[in-house]
Amino acid sequence: MTELHHHTLAELAAGLRARRFSSVELVTHFLARIERSNPELNAFITVTAEEALRAAEAADKRLVAGEGGPLVGVPIAHKDIFCTDGVLTTCGSRMLSNFVSPYDATVVERLARAGVVTLGKANMDEFAMGSSNETSWYGPVKNPWDPKKVPGGSSGGSAAAVAARLAPAATGTDTGGSIRQPAALTGLTGLKPTYGRVSRYGMIAFASSLDQAGTLTYTAEDAALLLGAMAGFDERDSTSVDTPVPDYAAALDQPLAGLKIGVLKEFFDKGLEESSATLVREALAQYERLGATLIEVSLPSLPLSVPTYYVVAPAECSSNLSRFDGVRFGYRCENPADLLDMYTRSRGEGFGAEVKRRIMTGTYVLSAGYYDAYYLKAQKVRRLIADDFVRAFARVDVLMGPTSPTPAFDIGAKVDDPITMYLNDIYTIGANLAGLPAVSIPCGFVGQLPVGLQIIGPHFAEAKLLNVAHGYQRETDWHKRIPRGYE
Amino acid sequence: MSSWETVIGLEIHAQLATKSKIFSSSATAYGAPPNAQANLVDLGYPGVLPVLNREAVRMAVKFGLAVDATISRRSVFARKNYFYPDLPKGYQISQYEKPIVEKGRLEIVLEDGSRKTIGITRAHLEEDAGKSLHEDFQGLSGIDLNRAGTPLLEIVSEPDMRSAKEAVAYMKKIHTLVRYLEICDGNMQEGSFRCDANVSVRPAGQEKFGTRCEIKNLNSFRFIERAINYEVARQIDVLESGGTIRQETRLYDPDKGETRSLRSKEEANDYRYFPDPDLLPVALDDEFIESVRGTLPELPDEKAARYVEKFGLSDYDAGVLTASREMGDYYEAVVAKLGGHEKLAANWVMGELSAALNKEGVEITASRIDPTRLAGLLARIVDETISGKIAKDVFEQMWSDDKDADAIIEAKGLKQITDTSAIEKVVDDVMAANPKQLAEYRSGKDKLFGFFVGQVMKATGGKANPAQVNEILKKRLTG
Repeated sequence: MTELHHHTLAELAAGLRARRFSSVELVTHFLARIERSNPELNAFITVTAEEALRAAEAADKRLVAGEGGPLVGVPIAHKDIFCTDGVLTTCGSRMLSNFVSPYDATVVERLARAGVVTLGKANMDEFAMGSSNETSWYGPVKNPWDPKKVPGGSSGGSAAAVAARLAPAATGTDTGGSIRQPAALTGLTGLKPTYGRVSRYGMIAFASSLDQAGTLTYTAEDAALLLGAMAGFDERDSTSVDTPVPDYAAALDQPLAGLKIGVLKEFFDKGLEESSATLVREALAQYERLGATLIEVSLPSLPLSVPTYYVVAPAECSSNLSRFDGVRFGYRCENPADLLDMYTRSRGEGFGAEVKRRIMTGTYVLSAGYYDAYYLKAQKVRRLIADDFVRAFARVDVLMGPTSPTPAFDIGAKVDDPITMYLNDIYTIGANLAGLPAVSIPCGFVGQLPVGLQIIGPHFAEAKLLNVAHGYQRETDWHKRIPRGYE
Repeated sequence: MSSWETVIGLEIHAQLATKSKIFSSSATAYGAPPNAQANLVDLGYPGVLPVLNREAVRMAVKFGLAVDATISRRSVFARKNYFYPDLPKGYQISQYEKPIVEKGRLEIVLEDGSRKTIGITRAHLEEDAGKSLHEDFQGLSGIDLNRAGTPLLEIVSEPDMRSAKEAVAYMKKIHTLVRYLEICDGNMQEGSFRCDANVSVRPAGQEKFGTRCEIKNLNSFRFIERAINYEVARQIDVLESGGTIRQETRLYDPDKGETRSLRSKEEANDYRYFPDPDLLPVALDDEFIESVRGTLPELPDEKAARYVEKFGLSDYDAGVLTASREMGDYYEAVVAKLGGHEKLAANWVMGELSAALNKEGVEITASRIDPTRLAGLLARIVDETISGKIAKDVFEQMWSDDKDADAIIEAKGLKQITDTSAIEKVVDDVMAANPKQLAEYRSGKDKLFGFFVGQVMKATGGKANPAQVNEILKKRLTG
């Protein structure tokens, strides 16, 4: 029997419009699944059951009246990095454990206007810093494919919720791979749009020049639906780009014959686990069968992406997180003796170890005497990396390679070794540094653990990217698999 | 005692008169209840982002054009990072390496009439911080963020000034200019125009600058002069007794008339400036800059030059009358109504009118006597209906009611006596009544002329035409 949670977002949306079921039924169904499974998975920090049912009722009214677009009544989860009016927004941190946001992020606002219902706020690495969802103040998230393993991060809660079918889709954010890597580790389609495609207003900032909002879904088709509602210029975000939003769904079925795929030489290095490499190569072969041509491409500056990222991102975050000082909102230590005491204890107690590590790193690379050697130099190298991509896209339509060097690893395995942890981002970081759109789609399993194929496109080529992903998903069913126990 | 040269540079923060803040839509109006004009962006809430106010850019460009500066076609906002409760984000959005205005200059006129050009290194846009209030709170500090996010134009001069007087002249000129341009209301009490002075001394003839100290909290022209003079004397004192100057920030205490150390500039914060990734570089094209140039009013120097050439006024008078656009406008309206007599009008606007305004503490725009009424009064001096002295009485009357000069002259019978024979008669009477003084005058005590003038004026209730009185007395007294 096909359960409601076996359907993709697009199928649920169609079902709602055809009145095969109501939004209230749908929301009730997922809330029950959340209640049953969240204690184990820890995917949600806040479940907004009452608000969700109210919104579902309103959505049902619109559906009956035939109003609104394709997303009316569809439930999703929001990563707890998006400000939600009247709802706790924690960013996975003790620092915001008491922060009820007074406003909605643009992403939240736009999806709500499109009729989407929020089931709750998904767990995440603290302030989006992490690749395993182990740094959250609210505890680690478990990978539904194997509860001893991490779901990836920082959008680990979003990924686990969707993979376990507790929500048919979730928003996430990606600064160095935080949508794509968890998508790869949980068998989902994770999309990071072009920098500036989606508004950052209301999305708590980690690294301002790298952060971008995106989606975790079962399919490219679902991603197209959500992106269509999320994307677009926002005058409240000076870095959002005023360029028209195409109809992403319309472009999905374009045939792939003649597609030129650049295979990234630097990505098939000794860091990539053998079994993952095999699955990725098989996926590439699948594309050849669909009519694509594989061309080997080299991006010589790409190996510099991790050190570049780990100078630029901490620098920006060290400044972005200065506002968390115990003065106006958020965590304040008890009985501060004076201003300095309030600052040091509120921040000392409010922030976790990884966040502090990155603030210290960022402060250092911006400091007098070091700025030129670190921050300025890193920004210059960033330009080299971006230029490498531009040169590559003159020869190919998209680039492909693995998303993650390994499938999901054990909880606790890398948490004491930051550098090893950082190397999880090695394949994903380049796209953030260059502002390029990229998607990860499931391309196989190593045992019970999913492996992801990464597709990177030129700026604002989301339609192409989703079309290429969709072509693969029409011929394969990795994306349809459900983890044991969550069917 | 060797001679010392003073070196001064000024940093002026002018609050730009935009309706809303530089990066948020909050109002900038002064005087609202605490935190009534601070929205989520001003408060630095999680997730908020700055959006640049185009009007602030216009105003900065306007200033740059008015001081002959280079307008940067591409300027960048940078974050200045430090922690303080009145700085909500933990950083101030400012401009560092690439300011919007660079390399300008301004000519000042000193008291002796000489002119000097002061260089303006740069002017850049930034957001103001909030206010910390320590009184009225028991052991706590109150933070009012209404001011946080107000646009500031920070104007940095070259260290070209060599005396407190030059510094004051420069500060006044900038003050006049920003008000002319209508980019700042120049209200120093409300804090919309603030000045810090960097002061150092060096032995006369030495090329290398001495160690400088920064003096903050200078919110009046008088304070600046006193503070600089005190600081110069202090530094000379230290150096002459063999000490060295410590580079530091000092606060001026107006009650004690001295500067005192606030914090050492050497231990100052490392602000870790970097380009703000939330804002795009400000790219300006020629079209935009020319459109701003088209909105420039006649500048103070141009206006003063016009007064000198067209109205025949002295440099000094022209300078005083053009100190504000409003005063210049008032003056020209009087001249227009009067159909000339520019010097007379100048004297009265700079003299009686200014005195009356100062006494009441009002601006010329709130003058109880408007240009038309004043012109009406001056016309009666011109046509000799009344003397200048009587006119002053009439002016006083006009200040407290709204009657025209003519009505007051009529009602009080103040018309000047110009009938020669009438004056001759009074002169004769006065001479007859004062034989002693007459004899003394005739035997050489010339000073007594004034006495006789006074007596004649007294006898005529001040209404005798002074020129005629002088003429007739001269003739009669010498016999």
